[in-house]
Parts: sequence; structure tokens; C-alpha cells
Amino acid sequence: MDGLDYRWLTFLTFLPLVGAGLTLLFSERNESDQLQIKRFALGVTVITFLTSLILLAYFDPSKEGYQFVEESKWVAGLTYKLGVDGLSFPFVLLTTFLTPLVILASWSVTSRVKEYMIAFLALETLMIGVFVSLDIVLFYLFFEGGLIPMFLIIGVWGGKDRVYASFKFFLYTLLGSVLMLVAMLWMISTVGDSAWFKTFVDAYKAANPDATLLPVASDITVLTEYASAAHKDPATGQSFIGFDPRSFSFLGIYLPAGVQSLLWLAFFASFAVKMPMWPVHTWLPDAHVQAPTAGSMVLAAILLKMGGYGLLRFSLPMFPQASADFANFVFVLSVVAIIYTSLVALAQEDMKKLIAYSSVAHMGYVTLGIFAGNQQGIDGAVFQMISHGFISAGLFMLVGVIYERAHTREISAFGGLAERMPIYAALLMLFAMANVGLPGTSGFVGEILALMGAFQASHWVAFAATSGVILSAAYMLTLYRRVALGEMTNKALETINDMTAREKLITAPLAAGAIILGVYPSLATDMFGPTTARLVAGVERAEAEAKKADAALEKRSVELVSTK
Amino acid sequence: MIYQLIVFGPLVGALVAGLFTRSIGDRAAQVLTTSLVAMAALLSWWVFLQAPTETVEIARWIQSGPDQTEGSLLVNWSFKIDALTRTMLIVVTSVSALVHLYSFGYMDEDPHKGRFFAYLSLFTFAMLMLVTADNFLQMFFGWEGVGLASYLLIGFWWKKPTANAAAIKAFVVNRVGDFGYALGIVAIFLMFDTLDFAEVFEQAKAKQAATMEAGGLFGLGVDPITVICFLLFIGAMGKSAQLFLHTWLPDAMEGPTPVSALIHAATMVTAGVFLVCRCSPLFELAPSALHFVTIIGATTALFAATIGLVQHDIKRVIAYSTCSQLGYMFFAAGVGAYEAAMFHLLTHAFFKALLFLGAGSVIHAMHHEQDMRNYGGLLKKIPLTGWTMFIGTLAITGAAIPGVFGLAGYYSKDMIIEAAFASHNGAHMYAFWIGVIAAVLTSFYSWRLWFKTFLGKPRGDMATHSHAHESPLVMMIPLYVLSIGAVLAGVVFYDQFVHEGAKAFWGEAIVHGDKNHVLHDAHGVPKWVKLAPFAAMLLGLAGAVLFYILAPGIPNALARRHPGLLAFLENKWYFDELYNFIFVRPARWIGRTLWRRGDGAMIDGAINGVAMGAAPAVSAAVRKAQSGFIFRYASVMIFGIVALVTWIVLGGLG
Repeated sequence: MDGLDYRWLTFLTFLPLVGAGLTLLFSERNESDQLQIKRFALGVTVITFLTSLILLAYFDPSKEGYQFVEESKWVAGLTYKLGVDGLSFPFVLLTTFLTPLVILASWSVTSRVKEYMIAFLALETLMIGVFVSLDIVLFYLFFEGGLIPMFLIIGVWGGKDRVYASFKFFLYTLLGSVLMLVAMLWMISTVGDSAWFKTFVDAYKAANPDATLLPVASDITVLTEYASAAHKDPATGQSFIGFDPRSFSFLGIYLPAGVQSLLWLAFFASFAVKMPMWPVHTWLPDAHVQAPTAGSMVLAAILLKMGGYGLLRFSLPMFPQASADFANFVFVLSVVAIIYTSLVALAQEDMKKLIAYSSVAHMGYVTLGIFAGNQQGIDGAVFQMISHGFISAGLFMLVGVIYERAHTREISAFGGLAERMPIYAALLMLFAMANVGLPGTSGFVGEILALMGAFQASHWVAFAATSGVILSAAYMLTLYRRVALGEMTNKALETINDMTAREKLITAPLAAGAIILGVYPSLATDMFGPTTARLVAGVERAEAEAKKADAALEKRSVELVSTK
Repeated sequence: MIYQLIVFGPLVGALVAGLFTRSIGDRAAQVLTTSLVAMAALLSWWVFLQAPTETVEIARWIQSGPDQTEGSLLVNWSFKIDALTRTMLIVVTSVSALVHLYSFGYMDEDPHKGRFFAYLSLFTFAMLMLVTADNFLQMFFGWEGVGLASYLLIGFWWKKPTANAAAIKAFVVNRVGDFGYALGIVAIFLMFDTLDFAEVFEQAKAKQAATMEAGGLFGLGVDPITVICFLLFIGAMGKSAQLFLHTWLPDAMEGPTPVSALIHAATMVTAGVFLVCRCSPLFELAPSALHFVTIIGATTALFAATIGLVQHDIKRVIAYSTCSQLGYMFFAAGVGAYEAAMFHLLTHAFFKALLFLGAGSVIHAMHHEQDMRNYGGLLKKIPLTGWTMFIGTLAITGAAIPGVFGLAGYYSKDMIIEAAFASHNGAHMYAFWIGVIAAVLTSFYSWRLWFKTFLGKPRGDMATHSHAHESPLVMMIPLYVLSIGAVLAGVVFYDQFVHEGAKAFWGEAIVHGDKNHVLHDAHGVPKWVKLAPFAAMLLGLAGAVLFYILAPGIPNALARRHPGLLAFLENKWYFDELYNFIFVRPARWIGRTLWRRGDGAMIDGAINGVAMGAAPAVSAAVRKAQSGFIFRYASVMIFGIVALVTWIVLGGLG
């Protein structure tokens, strides 16, 4: 298959973890030891990146379904199954591309370098794992596992209030996920017990008589298929599509799509915290402020994207009716996020907090696009996530550059940096403009596509969301002015130096990415476009079927009434 | 290929000057950028004279959805060349080339010449992308690109707090307009399934009827094309500094004067007019939008002119004058005379750039003194500047020997006023009378500026006056060239733009509705209408002569008699104060409140209280511990998760 048939995804995923294991063998007695460790970690991540490029060469975006699929038995009846499609592969590339830069950004770390690098390498494995998992339990393990290294990175190498921030981060995201875990277990057992699944397995056996591995109910592809198949309630004989969408009331709360609504809510709880969406976003500013530069970069660029990825991989295709029912609810949260957090960003005095709030606002466009459920909306959401990966990583890197020099992130401590740091000022301008979505940068493409999608779903929602473009300009330019322009008033900064070669080396690829994707976004859209097109078709099919079911129900009730 | 050279030449110049000035030196950067823009200007004139009409595709830009399917978006980088584009090409590249040249002299003592020229060329590139766009999205690229360049150039002297504030204000106020434009774009896509000008304009009429039945946009029950035109016009109001979104333009004068001439007079601020003219096929279907355009344009023409009467800063007078002249262009488009709007755009570019660069020459001579109260009698010191500005003033006021020959403004402004009279737009008489009254004011403030600067006795610091000197030749050449334009642009282009040759010249670029014969009717208006603007010009001139030459005591006496009116005008109708009060301060207050009360007290309070009531205690205990403690915690958690999963795997699923 594809000319690559030997567990390349496993190799890619676990290469960093192997590197982490080997790092254990290093001793860390002096600075040259530390340098050795850093170089080793960098080498591992670069090889991982190159490996992902090999996969890219063999990746065929137009192919339906998953690629580089590999499957084997695992402990206790669970299956280990990996694969990528147009939706997940861009995020894999984003991860492998960013991690070497993140390692480079950690060059000035001096305490516990060994553990630090182990944490980051393990984190890379877990992040890639999230995107390549095709088994829901596996996905959950990677998804939650990622919390641990990040928790350590904030808690050990973070700032003054690192413990509070790391606990807040850990508890928020973990609490959100517990509900998701319960929902996943329910799904696995329901699907596993269903008549549909038996037929499915039988059909599979008939088609592949020599198969050693049979389909399992925790397989994401199986679950997705279940979600679009017709089922019959054995008790009442009623038929329905996918996860039971028949409405009922529970404790006086009406659930329009029944069990599906509950499942949707459980997944949403986890992904909304991860995104993060308003009002469960407050862990993010604290986590960013305390995290070291490299931690912030990973957090903003990749970890936040897992929420959006999860919504696209699970919520939308598996619970289409509940997604449609809850779309307005998500719209409201998204619009509030965009306006509320942008206003809050205006009031920030800490550079990292400002950028963190700006991230929340930008993720608002992502959720808006996803639940618009049409081509532009979903394309915009995916693109916005990729774009934000470059831009937010760049912005946090740039904050780190001056933090290392001045040991403060207070905006008021700076001013007039353009004089002594012209290159820094130019790059900050570039990322600021990308962040406000100037056309020609990647930020624009994601935003305008998401807005186009949202406008098709609701004119007024798009109207409110578009006002974010005014506020983002206001807070980014104010930040820029206070940091880079004006007279240099802080005497301590008079000897500050411009960016070093290493710092430029980290920032340049991010800047290039933001511009290249802005001028020629097809590089990304061609990769995920066919997959999102199929996703949209699925959503539309489900909506049509739901409408049909509603109409049938109505007809029957009319008949009932008339017979009476 | 020629179009690529025109558009991307300046971009190459901008990149080289921006990135490599340190290695190639200031002079090389200046020469390179200037020659690339000059080349673009020569090629543009060639294109203008050849008059081709074509579309040139360059590359794919944004695609969402499979090819050729309903609901898919495909936007290309591509050039649309027609009469509108050709006209804008010569305006943009000519003025830009002259301003580049002029800046050799004006910025001579500045330590950051490379950066300045890079920004100028970057602006030129973005403006060229705007005018050559063949779809709404590419136009938006240019639209925001010029906004960026404008921001960078207004704040060019970035140590000045006022310059920084003005730069941010310009960008943010423009973003308010862009908010409308962006919504217009997404609405167009929803309605037409495409963003290409040609396709949208072709289908406009058919889709208008179809979409109306579906309830229109925003559920307002209003005709969707009208809504789209309103949204686009909000964008135009921001870029072209029309009433309500005008506040950034006077402040933009903080930038170096060549910037004011290029961006804030001749080119960028006219982009809104260009947008409305480009979208004439849409606006012609939306009478109430045209109505609105007319009223806003006319009101701005008058409002800005009243403020221009009392300003003392030489650049601000010209800035308000620009604002007012843009108002003329808009109401010309509003009454359906798009050709007249474009004609005035062209002539205005020449004489307004001339006035600004002339003012720059005065400021240069007076060591950056910009207050006209400290000028006076400068004609003796800098006669060449004085006489070229005299030509500019004659041109803007519309001086002429009626029926024989006139300067540029005579043809274009009179054409607009006549068109307003002849139109059938509901607000046409409002526009007509305001056009005439504003012509009086234009003439008055323009002559006031010239008299106060060049005639009378020297005022202010005498040392500055004694050192005043004529500008170097590189600064004077642009003034001469623009003077020629200010004299001849009207008479040369009159026929092609708005008279017999207009139909052939504009071709398909401008579309008129079936009932719109305004351009034809404008030539047949009564004699008194034709003479009204000329009389208005004479009246304004007479007033200025009386106030500033014959009886210079009058202005002060008037000011003493009407202090309230003076304060109202000097404070620019209090728009800044009003906006500060209703937008800026509340936004900051809400932001702070949401942060402290919303995020802090409510969300964190609630979530901490409910979900992690023990957390403060935990974290307080943990804070005392070493970071090694965290490791233990983490291992406990890892262990816990492993245990959980094991339990699930073995028991939960068994």
C-alpha cells in the first residue's frame, strides 16, 4: 500500500519517545553535558520531521479514507490502529515541524535539562499519537497522556506561580475529559452489542476470509460508520440513524437528540476546555504566563488544536444531529469568546496574557466554522488552526526573546525597542499583522473562510464575529506601540541586543509559514480539502435524513390525530 | 508580462530596500525603488494609451471545496485591465514616482531613508493590487495592504507619541470600514457563489430577484444587493475618510509630507471612490444605497470644508480639503455620474499632490514649522514653490475663463455639480446646492492658505524666516510636472472621460441602469447652473481677498463675536471627543471589568468553588514544596491513569 507498508506511522510516533528513553542514558554534570543533551534532542526531532516529510511524499490527499493504516492486537482485546487522512496529517506535520523549533527555543534552559528534554520528546510522541490514532481508547490515552509532560513543563520549569497554574491546567482539562471517557465507554459497549455490528463483522469475515484481525467497536472508522447507518430499536421496533437521536426529557431537561445529545455534550466538555472556549478558558492565560517559552509555544500551537481536531473527528461526524441542534449554542459561545476575550485582551498588562486571550478569540473563529458545518466553515476552521500554530508560536517566541533579556513580561516595562532591536521590531510587526488577519498572511485565509461559513449559517452571528477584526487590530497595535515604539524609557534596556542567530533561526520558519500560507494557501487546503469535502457531505446527508425522519414522525402523529 | 512588471516591480523594490538597505546602502535603495516605480509609471502610461481590456490570471489563491461545484469558493490572483484600472494605474504610478523622487530631497536628513522608500514602494504595490484586482478578495488584499503601508508611514517617526497614536487610529478606524467590506464580501459569496467581478456583475440582476424571495440578508426583508452595497460603502467610507469615519485623516498628517501627498491625497483615500465606481453594476441596482452615498458624500464635502476654514496647520487645511473633495467624488458617483467621479479623482490627484508637495516644500523651507500663523511673505523667499502652489490653488478652486479654457478643477468639479443638478436621484438637489456652497468654501480656504503663507508680512520666528530657502531641484521637478498636470488634466481628458468620447473610453467598465442618462443630461443643464460653480469660486476668492488682504482685522473680529462657532469648528465638530466618550473609553472599561469581574470573580470563582473547592488549599500546601514534589505528583497521576485504563480494559469492557 502506497509504497510504504511497514509501520511508518508507528516509527514516526514513537521515534521521539525512543529518543526520550535514550536521553536517560546521558549524564548531566556540567554545561557541555547539557549541550550534548540539547543537541541530541534536537537531532531526534529533526529526524522525526524528516520522517514526516517522507510520509508527505507518499501521502495522497485525493484518496478516500485513511492512509498508512496499520493495525494489530494489543492488550486485553483492544486494537492498536493508526492511520492519517487529510484532516489529521496537516496537524502531524505541524507537530513535527514545530517541535525542533521548540527544542531550539529551549537552548537557554539550564536546570534539569535532561528531564526537560525527556518531557518535550515524550510530549511530541503523545501529540502525534493523538492525531494518528484510529482507535478511540488509544486516542484517549494519547489525548490525556499529553497532559502529563505539559503539566511537568509548567510545574517544574515555569514561573513564580507555576504550581497554581499547572494544577489549574491539569484539573480543568482532566475534569473535562472524564465525561468524554464515560461517553466513549458507552459508545464502545453499545456499538459492540448492536445487531448492526454483528452484521458488519460477518460481512467483513465474508469479504476477508483469512483475516486475523476482526473489526472492533472502539475503531474510529467503525464508530463513524455506525453513526451514519440505520438501526432498529429491538424493544420498540422504531428505526433511527446513528447514535440514538430520539428525543426525550431527563429531569425536566429536553434533549432534542436524546442519547446523542448526551454523548455530544460529554465530548464537547472535553474539547471545549481544550480549545479553550469561553467560559472555560481561564486556565489558559495562567498556564501561558507561567509556562516557559517553549511550553507556551507548544501549548498554543498544538495542544489547543486537539480540541478543534476532536470536534471535527468525533462530534461532527459521529453526532451530526446533536451537532446541528447545538450549533446555535456553540455560535453564541464562539461569538462571546471573540468579543469578550478581545475586550479583555485590550486590558492586559502582561504580554503573554494578552496573546493568550487573543488565542481564545481566534479559536472562536474555529468553533464558529466547525459548527457552521459547510465547506468554507470547516476549511476555515482547519486552516485557522494551522495558521494559528505558526502565528501563536511566533508571538510566544518573540515574547520569550525579550523576557530572557529583561526578565519581565510587563508591557509597561518596554517601549522603544525598535531602536536597538530593528529586526525584532520587524518580526513582531509581521506576526502582529498576521494575528490581526491582514490579507496576505495565513491569519486572513482562516478568518475569512470561517466567516464565509458562518455567514451561510447565520448572518447575524457572522456580523457579530466580524467585529473581532476591529478589536484585534486595537489590542495588537497597542501592544506593538507600547513595546516597540516611542522613546526607550526603561534605563535597564539601554544595552539590550537584537535577536541572536539562534532566535532568528527559530522565528524565520514560522514567519515564512505565515506568509507562504497567506499567499498560497492551497498548500494546505489541497491537503485537507478532499477530506473536509467528504466530511461536509456526511453532515449534509445526516441533516437531510434527520429532516426526513422529522417529517415522517410528523406525518405519523398527524395520522394518529386524524384517526382519533 | 507588462502588468506583472508594473505591479511586482515596486514589490521587489520594497523588499530589497526593506531587507538589504544595510548592505547596499541608502542611495542604492532609493535609486532602485524610485526607478522601479518610474518604470511602472512609464509602462502604465503605455497601457493607458494602448487601452487594452483583458484579464490576466497569475495563480490560484484561496480554494475551498472541489472544483466547479456548487458552494465551492475559488479565488485567483489575477489582473483585470479595463478603463477604470488603466485610469487608476496612471494616477497611482505617476504620483508615486514623483513622490519617490521628491523624497530624495525631503527625507535627505533622515537616518532611515531605506525604510522610508521601502514603505513607499510597498504602498505602491498594495495600491496597484487594489486597482488591478479582478475579484473582491484580491481587492481586499490591496485594500488592507494600503492600510498597513499607511499605518507604517504615518508612524514613520515612531518616537513621536502623536505619530504613533495617529497611526493606530488610522488603522483601527479603517478596520471599522473593513468590517463592512468583509461582511459585504461574505454576503456576495453567499449570494453569487463567486467573488469574481465579472461573474458577480453579470448575474446581479437575475440574482436580485431570486434572493429577494428567500428573505434577503440579515432577515431584514431588504433587497440583498442594497444591503451588499451598503456594506461595501461602509468600507469605502473608512478608506476615503467620509463623515463618521473621517477622524483618522487629519491625524494622519503626522506622517512625513510626501506620504500625505501620495497616500492621503492622491491615491489611497480615493480607493473608496474607485470601489463604488467599480461596483457600478451593483449600485445601479440599489437606488437607496446610491441615495445614501450621495447624502454622505455631499455632507462630507460641506462639513470638511467648514473645518478647513479655521485650521492653522497648513497640512491640516489640505487634509480637510481632501476630505471635502472626496465628498464631491462620492456624491458624483451617488447621482450616477461615475465617470465624473473618476474624472475628478484624476484631476484631484494632480492638484492635490501638487498642493501637498508644495506645502512640504514650504515646511522644508521653514524648518518643519507647519503653523500658518508663523508664515507670511514667503513668496519672496521661495517664489518657485509659491507660484506652483498658486497654480495648484487655481486648479482646485476651478479657475477658468468660462467657455475658453480652465484649469483641471474647473472641468471636473463643475461637471460633478452639473451632474448633480441633472440627476434624478432623490437627494440630487441637496447635493447640487451643497456642491455650490462647498465650492465657495473651497475657494475661500484655498486662497486663505495661499495668502497667509505667501503674502503679507513675515510672522513668527524671524530667524526661521531669514533662513528660508528654496527646495532642491529633486523636490521642484515633481512640483513642475504636477503643475502641468493641474493645468492640463482637465482640458485634455474632458472629452474622453465625461463627454462625447466617454462611451468609447469607459466601455464595459462602468455600467449605467436603463434610466440613468445623467452624463448626457448634465451637458444640457441651464446656463445659470453651469455658471454657479464659477460664481461660487469668485465669491470665495473675493472673501479671502477681503479677509486676508484688504481687511485683515475681520477674521479676529468674527472670532470674538462667535466664540462658540469658532470652537465648534476648531474642534472639528467634536467628533474625536464624542468617539472617545462612546467607544474608546467604554471599550477599555468593559475590557477591564470583564477581565477582573468576569474571568476573575465569576468564572474562576464559580469553577474553582464548584469543581475544585480544595484547590487553593492544595496549591497553598504544594507551593511550599520543592519542584521535586511535582515529580512525585506526576508519577502518582501516571500510575493512576494506567490503573484506570487497566481497569477499563479488564473489567469495564470484559
